[in-house]
Amino acid sequence: MDRLLCIGNGQVVKRSQIPCHPFADFAAIVTDYLADNGFVVQCFGYLDHGENHLLAVLRNKDLHVLCTTVGESYPSFTGAGQSKLHMFEREIAEQYGISPRNHPWLKMVRYHPNCRQVADLFGNDYSREIPGNYPYFQVEGEAVHEVAVGPVHAGIIEPGHFRFQCVGEEVLSLEIQLGYQHRGVEKLLTEAALARLPLITEGIAGDTSIGHALCCCQALEALGGIDVNPGAQIVRCIALELERLANHIGDLGALSGDVAFTLPAAFFGRIRGEFLNLLLVLSGNRFGKSLLLPGGISQIMTTEQSTIIENKLRELEPEIRNVCDLLFTAHTVQARFEHTGTVTRAMAEDLGLVGYCGRASGLDYDVRGSFPGEVYATLPSNRNSMVNGDVLSRATVRREEISHSILLIRNLLNRSAELSAKTTMTEFSLAPDCFVAILNEGWRGELSHCLLTDDQGRIARYKVKDPSFHNWTGLAMALRNQEISDFPLCNKSFNLSYCGFDL
Amino acid sequence: MFTIIKNRIEQGYRTTGYPKTPINLYHRFRGRPEINRECDLNVVRQCAAICPQSAVLADERKIDLGRCTFCGRCENVAEGAFVRFSNNFELGCASREGLVSDGHLPDLADHAKGHFRRLFGRSLQLRQVSAAGCNACEADTNVLNTPFFDLARFGIDFVASPRHADGIHVTGPISKNMRAALLATYEAVPSPKVVIASGACAISGGPFFDSPEVSKGLDSLLPVDLYIPGCPPHPLSTLHALLGFFT
Repeated sequence: MDRLLCIGNGQVVKRSQIPCHPFADFAAIVTDYLADNGFVVQCFGYLDHGENHLLAVLRNKDLHVLCTTVGESYPSFTGAGQSKLHMFEREIAEQYGISPRNHPWLKMVRYHPNCRQVADLFGNDYSREIPGNYPYFQVEGEAVHEVAVGPVHAGIIEPGHFRFQCVGEEVLSLEIQLGYQHRGVEKLLTEAALARLPLITEGIAGDTSIGHALCCCQALEALGGIDVNPGAQIVRCIALELERLANHIGDLGALSGDVAFTLPAAFFGRIRGEFLNLLLVLSGNRFGKSLLLPGGISQIMTTEQSTIIENKLRELEPEIRNVCDLLFTAHTVQARFEHTGTVTRAMAEDLGLVGYCGRASGLDYDVRGSFPGEVYATLPSNRNSMVNGDVLSRATVRREEISHSILLIRNLLNRSAELSAKTTMTEFSLAPDCFVAILNEGWRGELSHCLLTDDQGRIARYKVKDPSFHNWTGLAMALRNQEISDFPLCNKSFNLSYCGFDL
Repeated sequence: MFTIIKNRIEQGYRTTGYPKTPINLYHRFRGRPEINRECDLNVVRQCAAICPQSAVLADERKIDLGRCTFCGRCENVAEGAFVRFSNNFELGCASREGLVSDGHLPDLADHAKGHFRRLFGRSLQLRQVSAAGCNACEADTNVLNTPFFDLARFGIDFVASPRHADGIHVTGPISKNMRAALLATYEAVPSPKVVIASGACAISGGPFFDSPEVSKGLDSLLPVDLYIPGCPPHPLSTLHALLGFFT
């Protein structure tokens, strides 16, 4: 049997085709792969005939899949120095109660009992409130003090807990404990009727409604053998880019607010709304909810909608350029953005950062270029210029991606000859005993949904990964030896999803 | 300085005149449903069968707007013979029963508890709690602070501490892991206090309604005074509900 099976993004393979190795071989193959400029897309547990399995989807220039069987424990990759898997190992331990031996920091991810009802690896009694009996990492010393923030934060944002260990203003360590948003999404996706799946996935992370729903629809289309109208693919790409624009612009405004430059904050805040309104023009909802369905889109794009979008882009593009100039040329802003919250390239690589967080540190990876779905293969890709890994680089990547997305939407609108057709939710069944991995470049980075079906064509395992799953650790590392007062700025430059992580 | 002034002139004055000047949302916006009470029951049953949220009550010919995510799938059945969604964003309601709707909603002003208006009518401070919200409700609440809506001009503010608040505005289906923090926040608000459930999740669990990890809705935990339907509620739905209920 081959060591690895090379798969395409969205390509359905029989589960029996996936190479299944004894654990020692699996470990050797994965370790070699990751050492040779490889990254983890997904690594998750599942049950097959009552036996514990691990499945890994890896990427270098191509996508590969392999699996293994494990008992109750296995030697940890993280313990052997392979930190790209550190969060995945913790997740497997929490979801399936399978122990990674010698994991250097085995703590819970989201705080819930495992699905096999075996002894809890964290010694938690889940009738007690989060974080259970977990003692936060502590630094001791006379001058050391601790700052605890959350779960309820001061603004209108999602909940999470941040624990800082500081000496004076300097942060020695930031520990991020999430899980407050856990809604049991993956389990629900295997139990709910197929007709509900687009709705549930839109709610994985509302700011990435299009991104996650696109993954879900592509997976169901692949497994259900459903064709998508080429016009609908164009509209889907436009929607994904509008989502990216709204979020990037909103974040540039928020970054500006965090350094007390209120003008661009107000301007960008308003411009962001214009893009949400364009999603409403397309779909009837400001976040594009219920636009995507397996097989295409629920509302067609006529010249009425495409003209509105085109005119709005024409109006907004110079405004965005001017407000960006205002923000990026202000010396006070540069002084706060530059050399703040730096993640080195080596660190980004170790942690496998994705999206603008990875690209700002020099990891040139974008699903739209590497594993294009929909019509992205026919569109120009983007290369960012600033790769210092600091707040300024992350902000600059956003700025460049804003121009790029506007370019893409213009390009897509010009193809309006390929008219879209309307789809309704239809009955369909999924191919039995199959596997599919879906990747898309959401605005935060690599989104991935993996599905395994059983012999009846039911979804046996639905694995969701939001880019935030990789990137939260990046934020914790960015805060090392920074001033604690720079936390809001660093946090906003990452702007990660709580619910996308918590599922 | 010159760039600042140039940008300021280019951006101009953007605040809406709402509620004095009405706003018409784009016709695709799905707001308050228009329901045909005379519709053939078979058509209504078809709508109920395809509703992913089980929000259509076929025999009563009603839609539970607390469960509905306004996805619009029922609008496609028999070309909208039973229901069509209008672009009316006025959806706030003071009772859970009132949300089970034949297309009409009880007038907020009639049902509003008069004492809230006397207490908070000219100054309302709210503490927002996201309890497993997907960030769509949160984002479209936050947007009320942008120049277009400029919520503060009505004397309404979202504040950082529950101690400074007159009530809580809750989004999300309230996960098990957020239950304690939510209740603690509620406790920390001085009485008399108001509780607002915003979005399908906070009202009924939303798309996650049958997950054991979330609640059946905020009113299973706390007495709710105001419900704002939507997935997420349009910022204007929230603004209308707050103004209708409190001022």
